[in-house]
Amino acid sequence: MAILVIAEHALSALVPATLNTVAAAKKIGGDIHVLVAGLNVGAVSAAAAKVAGVAKVLVADNSAYAHQLPENVAPLIADLIIDQHAIYSHVLAPATSNGKNILPRVAALFDVDPISEIIAVESADTFKRPIYAGNAIATVQSSAALKVISVRSTGFDPVAAEGGAATVEIIATVHDAGKSSFVGEELARSDRPELAAARIVVSGGRGMQNGDNFKLLYSLADKLGASVGASRAAVDAGFAPNDMQVGQTGKIVAPQLYIAAGISGAIQHLAGMKDSKVIVAINKDEEAPIFQVADYGLVADLFEAIPELAALV
Amino acid sequence: MKVLLAVKRVVDYNVKVHVKSDQSGVDLANVKMSMNPFCEIAVEEAVRLKEKNLATEIVVVSIGPGAAQEQLRSALALGADRAVLVEANEALNALAVAKLLKAVVDQEQPQLIILGKQSIDSDNNQTGQMLAALCGYAQGTFASNIDIAGDKVIVTREVDSGLQTVALNLPAIVTTDLRLNEPRYASLPNIMKAKKKPLQILTPEALGISTSSTSKTLKVEAPASRGAGIKIKTVAELIEKLKNEAKVI
Repeated sequence: MAILVIAEHALSALVPATLNTVAAAKKIGGDIHVLVAGLNVGAVSAAAAKVAGVAKVLVADNSAYAHQLPENVAPLIADLIIDQHAIYSHVLAPATSNGKNILPRVAALFDVDPISEIIAVESADTFKRPIYAGNAIATVQSSAALKVISVRSTGFDPVAAEGGAATVEIIATVHDAGKSSFVGEELARSDRPELAAARIVVSGGRGMQNGDNFKLLYSLADKLGASVGASRAAVDAGFAPNDMQVGQTGKIVAPQLYIAAGISGAIQHLAGMKDSKVIVAINKDEEAPIFQVADYGLVADLFEAIPELAALV
Repeated sequence: MKVLLAVKRVVDYNVKVHVKSDQSGVDLANVKMSMNPFCEIAVEEAVRLKEKNLATEIVVVSIGPGAAQEQLRSALALGADRAVLVEANEALNALAVAKLLKAVVDQEQPQLIILGKQSIDSDNNQTGQMLAALCGYAQGTFASNIDIAGDKVIVTREVDSGLQTVALNLPAIVTTDLRLNEPRYASLPNIMKAKKKPLQILTPEALGISTSSTSKTLKVEAPASRGAGIKIKTVAELIEKLKNEAKVI
């Protein structure tokens, strides 16, 4: 029995969520193989081969996979599963935008119901996952011969990025469905830590009033080595780009410290951050629901409190 | 161009659900039900395509209980031309829903199929991608903008690293994200008119589709609760707590 983990990578580096996904695979048990699909992925493949607990890295390096188009990558994964004589019992991917895009497409090809965003492994066929914006936790059992699973990073501590010595196998088959093509991208550029993997996250909501005021949060974040997030209200209002949205349908974070500034605390936002170790809420409305989950609540004007905090830390 | 829309009846997004004491699921008795918010965005996008004369007909489909006719009538009031309900009284998983939608796609032969990216009850984010695989179509998930350009649809997608734009051959599947549009409200005259629009009721049996699933929910529990902590008065006190009590900075 072996588990195929789909690596998430960007800018020639392995994305940390891959390490959390390998951790989930270890809990299931079995040989762990990692697929690195992309273009010019030599450095990523080398990094994947060093990940603790990985037995084999499969490398599909071709322009057809350059932008993770699901029409091309899903058949590649399906082919690997069939070609390896059904040794794979599970296919796992991080619940990133790529993982969510590709995995259900793979599952449908195998007539399987995928299991999304697991937060715990109960056994090789039974998993826990949040539903209803995290207001309930379902325990789900899969009878599928091939279990197709996306992994919520916050549920699993990452394995070590170093210490492994996996064999590397080149996959030469190319799947180019010819149905879709990449046109362009606007990448968020930031020197701050990746939101999903940051130790500290500072987030702003509608209370920030405009995009310019987010500079206050960026200054505080830079003092703390933190990443910056936003509520849906702030993103909808154009204060912050979509890749900063924390919540039920945005990014799920669970940092050591989450500072919510001017965020009221809708259930959809709480779904994305309530597993943070320590939550600080700064809001001038003392009735704001965010205070019901905050370890430390400061009823104050954020335009005074945030600069003061930045000056004192 | 014919557009097919899929909408789902779900618990209203303002409702905080509670788990049943026998752990069999969440309690939906006497709870307000609505159209899934991402499906509302799908309806709006289809209506805008029709207003731009890009869509010629909008067919809206729902898989669910008889009561989902309410959500189909809402979509008709917003501008869909006719509706199809595939009536299924038990909750279905994404594979069954995708297979039923595929059967409707086979009948209707739409050029563009728009779904919400995720329903706010099961939070799966699977159906559109699975339907795309079953149909052999390209998929543009998490869309924040769509343009029709000849025999292609150009989709801008909200992804972890920012925005990605792809060109997909039609027919294609698009799933909506939050920034695609702001849904309108239906006017009273349109709500009245919608009552006269055609609504066809089908069943999985009539379509010859098995609704079995490879997944079974064993139990549903409440999450670990997180109580409110303490209120503090000053920024200096906050820093002291974070350094010495929580030890996170």
